[in-house]
Amino acid sequence: MRNDTPSPSPNAPVRAPHGSPPERANTLGRGRIVAGTPIFDGERARRGYALNRLCFSLNERENRDALLRDEDAYCRQYGLTNEQTEAVRRRNVEALLSAGGNIYYLAKLAGCFGMNVQDIGAQQTGMSVEAFRARLRAAGAV
Amino acid sequence: MASVVGCICTSHVPALGSAVAKGLQSDPYWQPFFDGFPPVRAWLDRVQPDVAVVFYNDHGLNFFLDNMPTFAVGAAEDYLNCDEGWGIPPLGLYPGDPKLSWHLMQCLVSDEFDPASCQRMLVDHAFAIPMQLLWPDKASGPRASVPIAINTVQHPLPSPRRCYKLGQAVGRAIASYPEDLKVVVVGTGGLSHQLEGARAGHINKAFDLLCMSKLVDDPTALIRYSIDDLVETTGSQGVELIMWIAARAAMTGAVTKVHSNYHIPISNTAAGLLLLENRDPPKFM
Repeated sequence: MRNDTPSPSPNAPVRAPHGSPPERANTLGRGRIVAGTPIFDGERARRGYALNRLCFSLNERENRDALLRDEDAYCRQYGLTNEQTEAVRRRNVEALLSAGGNIYYLAKLAGCFGMNVQDIGAQQTGMSVEAFRARLRAAGAV
Repeated sequence: MASVVGCICTSHVPALGSAVAKGLQSDPYWQPFFDGFPPVRAWLDRVQPDVAVVFYNDHGLNFFLDNMPTFAVGAAEDYLNCDEGWGIPPLGLYPGDPKLSWHLMQCLVSDEFDPASCQRMLVDHAFAIPMQLLWPDKASGPRASVPIAINTVQHPLPSPRRCYKLGQAVGRAIASYPEDLKVVVVGTGGLSHQLEGARAGHINKAFDLLCMSKLVDDPTALIRYSIDDLVETTGSQGVELIMWIAARAAMTGAVTKVHSNYHIPISNTAAGLLLLENRDPPKFM
């Protein structure tokens, strides 16, 4: 960045070291890695197509009812892999993301299971929901 | 001729929809956000825009990964807001203006942009909630709107620079439209937030406030950032800032800040609101 631009970040960017395999999960287009920040790119979009298609179907209430009635059958209907089906069964957001899920689509699945974005934030950061909420509030007090 | 009378940028969190549906605007958690809007509504009431052109990002209501346009211009007779999976009461139909839409398409393609055109288009919370915040009584709203969707679902995303140029092209297109229309340009999304990963809950107040300041007087300072920069700085969903950048770019010449508000948190998001108007009022006001 040129000197006359506002600094993009208080933290130095974390880049993949040359010669080591990039951490694919977090790689942005130009090779930058932001810790703890999975990027939904073409590779994930391909891998996660079936899972995300299932999530997309949940826009309709009858499909949400069908999922809740028989989760395994619904996952089979959408052709989820075993890994994806297991991630759904465990309600595990990290595993769902690793299996190619997109967070905007996964929010529909989480909602179906009664989880809001604070619940999934707490789960991913290993905090209690109250602690996660408190951290959000604290960000405003800076 | 048509003219851009102002630009309104606001966050668009889905939970706002349920808060309104439950009448929680005066609840201590929500009030600091909703309290930002009366001055904007007073401005809208005074200016009475005819049309809203709304830059927003779809979250998986209209577009899926089978067909994911980087830019998409609504060209429908009307736009329907539907359930996105959470059972929040949908906000119904929004009338369109296909003639204006096709004028925008014509101008954008001439201007070397190649958006998808959508004669059928569902609009999600990112369109409908800002419309509801700006015009709680739908009947008092603009007679038509044109949604313009920018992809933030699937990388690669268009750069801030590209979105700025898109906004400029939309501004030029509006200015060349022969009907006497007062157009308000709306940009929805952001500000800093991140929903996924171990960094979920990331918020960057200093950067948000910098952006809100730069958008007024020096918006091109923001277009030097890459998408990578924005992901790192403002969070993977904070990149929705590109909608604000596009909307701001549709303004011509010097602008004045009429009102702004900023509050943390609404859901997992740093919520911002910014109203800008042209320093020289449009000739037909």
